[in-house]
Amino acid sequence: MTHITLSARSWQGSGRLADITFRGSSRIAASALVALLILIGVLLFATSRLTWETFGLSFVTGQTWDPVAGVFGALPFLVGTILAASIAVIFAAPIGIFTAIYLSELAPRRLATPLTFMIELLAAIPSVVIGLWGVFILAPFLRLTVEAWIVSVFGWIPFLGGPTYGIGLFSAGVILTIMILPTIVTISREVIQAVPGSQREAMFALGATRWEVIRRAVIPFARSGIIGAVILGLGRALGETMAVTMVIGNKDAIPASLFDQTQTIASKIATSFSEASVGIETSSLIALGLVLLVLTIIMNVVARLLVWRVAEPVGGR
Amino acid sequence: MAGATQAIGAGRLTGTRAASRRTRTDQLMRSVAALAAIACVVPLAAVLVFVTLNGISALNVDLLTKASRAQGIGGGAFAAILGTVQMVGLATIIAVPFGVLAGVYVNEFASRRSGRAIRFAADVLVGVPSILIGVFVFTFLVLPFKQYNAFAGSVALAVIMLPVIMRTTEEILKLVPVSLREASLALGIPTWRTVLSVVLRTGLPGILTGIMLAVARAAGETAPLLFTALGSQLVNVGGFNKPMDALPLFIYVNARQPFELQNQQAWGAAFLLLLFVLVVNILVRTRTAGRRAQ
Repeated sequence: MTHITLSARSWQGSGRLADITFRGSSRIAASALVALLILIGVLLFATSRLTWETFGLSFVTGQTWDPVAGVFGALPFLVGTILAASIAVIFAAPIGIFTAIYLSELAPRRLATPLTFMIELLAAIPSVVIGLWGVFILAPFLRLTVEAWIVSVFGWIPFLGGPTYGIGLFSAGVILTIMILPTIVTISREVIQAVPGSQREAMFALGATRWEVIRRAVIPFARSGIIGAVILGLGRALGETMAVTMVIGNKDAIPASLFDQTQTIASKIATSFSEASVGIETSSLIALGLVLLVLTIIMNVVARLLVWRVAEPVGGR
Repeated sequence: MAGATQAIGAGRLTGTRAASRRTRTDQLMRSVAALAAIACVVPLAAVLVFVTLNGISALNVDLLTKASRAQGIGGGAFAAILGTVQMVGLATIIAVPFGVLAGVYVNEFASRRSGRAIRFAADVLVGVPSILIGVFVFTFLVLPFKQYNAFAGSVALAVIMLPVIMRTTEEILKLVPVSLREASLALGIPTWRTVLSVVLRTGLPGILTGIMLAVARAAGETAPLLFTALGSQLVNVGGFNKPMDALPLFIYVNARQPFELQNQQAWGAAFLLLLFVLVVNILVRTRTAGRRAQ
């Protein structure tokens, strides 16, 4: 293959063989990527078979997780995951969308560029570093300020009262907000920038104010992409592990209040996996992982399709 | 249409109640948007300030040169630093050829449809929670051998890096002008040589950028290492069949200790990690931003 001689004919011959090899190997590399995705699902299913055979689909709705009694149910973690991610989306969606609007429609360029850069940097901070900051700085701060305020004002509403620990569901939600903001901002911004200028010009020509242009011409055009960006953020919030594990409190129970300590699927796996006994317990933890995988893949597929509808992929993530 | 007509009228009659209400709404929403942007930057500033303040005061020679010891006694992050360097290094060696070749395939050889499918798969793979990558690798590289090992950790990190490298490679190659390929092919140079020596050569700086970003990302990943490399108190050089420590694992474990000293060390290690990640990101992004502007 590599013995190149001076004869033109054999040069061509070796060239063809090398062409086929090169094209073939690049094709294998690309297929490996697709295969990897399928393999993750298959292997997680295969190694959690014991759990699915024992509990069937009632594993998903089971409320107790008791390794000693050998009973495993995913519901507390599923609820914890969905609650924490919902809190994050409730905060991050409006902030993120407004920021994207500001960056692409309102801010002067010399402000938009550094702001975009900083938001990209926020996305680059390792999860465990944000978690460390969350445990020692953010959680105590929230406990003394926001949590205390909510309890004193809205404490009479069932889910909003109770003792506050700082470490708990609410802090996890806030941490997740911070972590999914860059996703929502970056992709919404990309989508908004894909809106054709003629959309805007037509409305400006009619005498509309900036906000009216954004509201009536830009947002409707970019809507499905922005929804996609939010779902992508939600997907990230569902699977985010380290920072959440460090601030959520790791109590295997459905939270009784917004400030209660609980677990997400990811944090449960992170805290219990290496100490689990091989057999049904490990299998059940992997089954939890499979539930999470299905959730996040659905979110990602839906989100990507929505985003691609508005803007063919240009950016990396 | 009705709204638009109304808008014309209102715009002309400046000073009427409708017009001033519209201006007020406009002003209000603009300020809300600006406030939202500020709200996005505050957490970044807060993390940077606290990690820097707590981290610098925890930095000392011990942290950089000593292996971690039993709880509360002392020691340092030496084993973790070495472990991160080794595991990320091996992960890079595994992920780069696959990622670059896959990017080449999508951009140079694939049909429009299969190219889209592979790109889609890469995007979905980026969205798979990193802890599940750890579980996935555990099932075939730890479970059968009943031994946590650094090799499994490297493979998990490689899986994280792979789609990132593939996507950046593909995007960079898209920017290489077709005329370059045509010129090379017209000289009778076979496709593989054209791709290697012309296309990849031209895109090399961009591809390296993508690899650096992937390295920075892998260096900060904790979850994929939890049940693959596991972490270790011992300095492990080259023992890829044994558990190995990593900087993110070191931060996680020490943050959970009830000892002040351990927590201090977590801050110190976090500062080191953050410094590395941010320096790589800033270098890479300012360079690419400059190139884009040209």
